[in-house]
Amino acid sequence: MAKITLSNLRHSYYPAPEKRDDYALKNIDLDWEDGGAYALLGPSGCGKTTLLNIISGLLTPSEGRILFDGKDVTDWTPGRRNIAQVFQFPVIYDTMTVYDNLAFPLRNRGVDPAHIDRRVQEIARLLEVENMLDRRASGLSPDNKQKLSMGRGLVRDDVNVVMFDEPLTVIDPHLKWKLRSKLKELHQRVKHTMIYVTHDQTEALTFADQVVVMDEGEIVQIGTPVDLFARPAHTFVGHFIGSPGMNVLPCELRNRGAFFQGSPVPLEGPVRADASGRAEIGIRPEFVTISDAGLDAVVVKVSDVGRHNVVQAMVGDTKLAAIIEGDVPHKGESVKLSFRQDQTRLYCDGWLATEI
Amino acid sequence: MKTHNQKAWFFVLPVLFLVAFNALVPMMTVVNYSVQETFGNNLFFWQGLDWFENILRSDRFHAALGRQFLFTGLILLIEVPLGIAIALSMPRKGVWVSVCLVAMALPMLIPWNVVGAMWNIFTLPKIGLAGYFLNDVLGVNYNMTQDPVAAWVTIIVMDAWHWTSLVVLLSYAGLVSIPEAYYQAAKTDGASNWSIFRYIQLPKMKTVLTIAILLRFMDSFNIYTEPFVLTGGGPGNSTTLLSIDLVKIALGQFDLGPAAAMSLIYFAITLLVSWLFYTLMNKDNLN
Repeated sequence: MAKITLSNLRHSYYPAPEKRDDYALKNIDLDWEDGGAYALLGPSGCGKTTLLNIISGLLTPSEGRILFDGKDVTDWTPGRRNIAQVFQFPVIYDTMTVYDNLAFPLRNRGVDPAHIDRRVQEIARLLEVENMLDRRASGLSPDNKQKLSMGRGLVRDDVNVVMFDEPLTVIDPHLKWKLRSKLKELHQRVKHTMIYVTHDQTEALTFADQVVVMDEGEIVQIGTPVDLFARPAHTFVGHFIGSPGMNVLPCELRNRGAFFQGSPVPLEGPVRADASGRAEIGIRPEFVTISDAGLDAVVVKVSDVGRHNVVQAMVGDTKLAAIIEGDVPHKGESVKLSFRQDQTRLYCDGWLATEI
Repeated sequence: MKTHNQKAWFFVLPVLFLVAFNALVPMMTVVNYSVQETFGNNLFFWQGLDWFENILRSDRFHAALGRQFLFTGLILLIEVPLGIAIALSMPRKGVWVSVCLVAMALPMLIPWNVVGAMWNIFTLPKIGLAGYFLNDVLGVNYNMTQDPVAAWVTIIVMDAWHWTSLVVLLSYAGLVSIPEAYYQAAKTDGASNWSIFRYIQLPKMKTVLTIAILLRFMDSFNIYTEPFVLTGGGPGNSTTLLSIDLVKIALGQFDLGPAAAMSLIYFAITLLVSWLFYTLMNKDNLN
């Protein structure tokens, strides 16, 4: 087990990258603490898998170093780094039994048979596959196959990090939940550093203690699930996390005060002195309410999503979502909307620009 | 209620008609010859199973069958491992892929009799490239029209040259279908190259290899044109494989009855061995 440091990491799939856009990863500096449960969250194509493959050693970064406990491992092979990776599609050795599959990574490293047996039995019990140990792995159901792939990652007790690359993609929805909680439980027991890559916010937020949000090859925010929801550092995080995501409203910045369609909007705190560029107000739908005073809006759509209603309204030419519990307005109705002040933030060029 | 309607059988008729003309009728003609004796003039005499008994007891048949199994066995032993080895060393990405594939496919595009004729000229002492090189440059006494061992080496090498590509192409198709994640997982599991071959590549190639081995078995067991053009079955009878012997009996001696009986036995052996191969290789999948 180790603390993993990524230092000034850049990676491009082009042989001679020139522009900033040529890089799939643009300058990553990050520490993964030993024993942490991390999620790497971001839309498809944002560089998550590239970053993962760089940590595992399947890819060599164009620039920058990777350190395990301060030791430079950038040039080490995946085998030497002693890491484990679970892939999107279950990788199992068809001709082997479940037992042999689990024992494979240990046997390759010449671990003594008694210890192998102990570890295999232990992992099989954790994954609830102990009654299938003698079966051929090729006959297993997809979720058991994926469990087996995970098991091969967890079986080594000295592994530096276990990485999961969207491991639940092929799993049926009702089993996803089960496997996800299993993973969480496993992490609490084995205390390996785990990095879980996904584009699904629910998976990321339920699994991880710390979520790393990526967009276009950059890390936009690192924080606990609560942090990401409560105070997104970037409009991308606000928009990407939450259902529906944060409202991002173009506004004007005058004398360090925000004006939305001409009317002043009270913010959570003072605007940073150096704030400049494209100004936007960020407010989550959860904190938009219908009240007697506020912005004039016309309701364009009301959707009942079960626990509450999502109201879509137009303020001038800007669309805004609000989550309303209790009485809802009708489509076409004129309403007044107000924002909860301590949840109303200003973003400049996408980045958070208010202080508290 | 279920309605019963037998009209669907009419849809089977075209297939039945086709199969009758390309398999059943010719085959029945052979069966017909195999149980009768004829002296021409459309005169036939019932012979029962005598021809079968004669063939099965004849030393000539045993010898030809033995040579046939030796030939096919050597072909499989050489071409299957060699084909896999070549497929493994071929590039999986880049411009060289198509170059390799075309180079591999070329020998298979050449007609059988042309292959025989090519190798005949190629191996001629004094004139042929291989014949000249072996005799006059290396000083090996090589003449496949006189030396049975040389004749055998030549037909085996010729077949390997002509058909190893088939095993290569099929194995290669199996190899490129393996997702990259398998190799990545094996790397992080610390697997050696041999383990990767044994536990990932070989199992994934199994289906195509079954087909490759079956095809190579059937084709080499029924081989006729190339050795016939190259050695004509000689020197002596040393390269007289089953099919060459069969043609000698049928068209050389015009013994239609024994030839028909021999064809049926030949066919039965091919069918039986193919079935055995297939069943054994798929045993694990059926369980």
